[in-house]
Amino acid sequence: MLLQQLVNGLTVGSLYALMALGLTMVYGVLRVLHIAHAAVFTLGAYGGLWAFQATGSFWAALAAAMASAVLAGLAMERWVYWPLLAKPPIATLIASIGVFIGLEEVFRIVAGPQPYSLDVPLLLPDVRVGPVLVTAPQLLVIAVTAALLGALWLFIARTPLGLALRATSQDRDMAAACGMNVRRVVTLNFALGSALAGAAGVLVGIYYNSVSPTMGGVTGYKGLAIIVLGGMGSIPGTVLGALLVGVVETILISLVDFALPRDAWAFLAMIAVFLFRPQGLLGR
Amino acid sequence: MYILTVATFCGIYAILTLGLNTITGLAGQISLGHAAFFGVGAYTAAILTVSYRWDFWPALAAAVATAAAFGALIGAAAIRVREDFLAITTMGVNFVVVAVFLYFPFFGGALGIGGIPGPALFGREVAKSGFFLLVAAGVVLALAVNLWLLRSWAGLALLAVREDEDAARASGVDVRKFKIAAFTVGTALAGLAGAFYASFLTFISAGDFGFPFSITILCMLVFGGIGTNRGAIAGAVVLGVLPELFRFMADYRMLTYGTILLLLMRFQPAGLLGDESAVWRALRKRRGRGVSPGARAFQ
Repeated sequence: MLLQQLVNGLTVGSLYALMALGLTMVYGVLRVLHIAHAAVFTLGAYGGLWAFQATGSFWAALAAAMASAVLAGLAMERWVYWPLLAKPPIATLIASIGVFIGLEEVFRIVAGPQPYSLDVPLLLPDVRVGPVLVTAPQLLVIAVTAALLGALWLFIARTPLGLALRATSQDRDMAAACGMNVRRVVTLNFALGSALAGAAGVLVGIYYNSVSPTMGGVTGYKGLAIIVLGGMGSIPGTVLGALLVGVVETILISLVDFALPRDAWAFLAMIAVFLFRPQGLLGR
Repeated sequence: MYILTVATFCGIYAILTLGLNTITGLAGQISLGHAAFFGVGAYTAAILTVSYRWDFWPALAAAVATAAAFGALIGAAAIRVREDFLAITTMGVNFVVVAVFLYFPFFGGALGIGGIPGPALFGREVAKSGFFLLVAAGVVLALAVNLWLLRSWAGLALLAVREDEDAARASGVDVRKFKIAAFTVGTALAGLAGAFYASFLTFISAGDFGFPFSITILCMLVFGGIGTNRGAIAGAVVLGVLPELFRFMADYRMLTYGTILLLLMRFQPAGLLGDESAVWRALRKRRGRGVSPGARAFQ
């Protein structure tokens, strides 16, 4: 029973991790809260939905989700975040919120307020190990997440561009002084983070079999809670925080009958971390 | 009758924007959870009048006090976190407060609270026109509080906290005390607005006080010109009336607000009537007036 909840929790945590990584990467290089990331996530889900309806292929859906999310992320970087970089963080934050609530309404107008079903036939089996059942969607979520996180790690740890990315997130001015093209690194950051969010969008759509205009909301806010928990800007911290939040909330809710929904608990946890450990779990 | 209703709502919005202006405009502490304090005020007034049969007036006072106490608590938490961290903390507070309203039967749950009585004066129920005057008096009170703050030493200290916290501390300003004070005053005003809202509508539910409404209040303030009282009132009135004039705007309210926020931050961060805004500069040139001390929040 507990092991089963652990598997469920890890699945949910994987989705949180994909979503929150973009937030933490953008915070790492720009020191702004990318609220509109939640809209990128939702756009990815719709992109995947449309591609799936057109082709019937999971891979086309995943590719379309990531591609549409990258386009949206790059557009935001180009027209919202970069021009506002010299302004105080409050101004960027307000603009970002404006983009998010505006896009949420655009999704509602274009696709309608009703949720769409995203029932992708998977070529994966349900795996049963003793009492634990890993369903095909769960297997898919965990496998895709592991593959994407592995690729991200290889990229950041092993390539020169990854080095530039790490350097820029440690000190943007110093990286520029060392001859790095900071603008290109920031663009790359948005592209990578948005691609992960797009993948998260389509996976959430498949896992819950539902794509709706407001699906970004709670996930996005929880992503913020997670990057706080993991220490803002820390990539391993974010992955750990996401898995932790996914597992803990799933297990707690299966064990105890709480009066409040799980999202409220995630926020209470975030506020508690803010008050007692402002640098996060793995923060410097 | 209809115009009176719209005007009353604009007044309630103005009390909210003035309160948010104390926190965000004067003290520079961004709050994305103003609707939560509005909700605390509304629910306090509603529960006291409906469940405990209190009169409107003591319930109003209790709503202000409860919201202020809650605001002081959040202000105390704000001491530990800055800027964007504070923004997500207050946003989280908003979600938790709405969830508590929604999931605890004491707060009426998903059904909300209905049958909230209006105020009575000299034994007679106050009519709609009287209620508007009451709300207008609330706006004047909120304005007076903000003006007094701006012109006092406390206001100077708040501006110093906004501009540079470390420098303010080094100059002997008790940053903690003034942050808590700004939150207390601003949220007390939100509580006042909440009590008015509850008794004017006679029915409230948790959805009225969610994060989108916090954004709406912020949007009104930013639109009018953050950091100035005239901007706070102008933003509340203009964005309160516009959806009534253009019905399509009511359908696409969040899209409109989102676009306004983005475009303003990008091209006109001082808003409509902020000191550095194009409109206000043109007006001032004609009248030859100086810069008000609260208006430099975003330059």
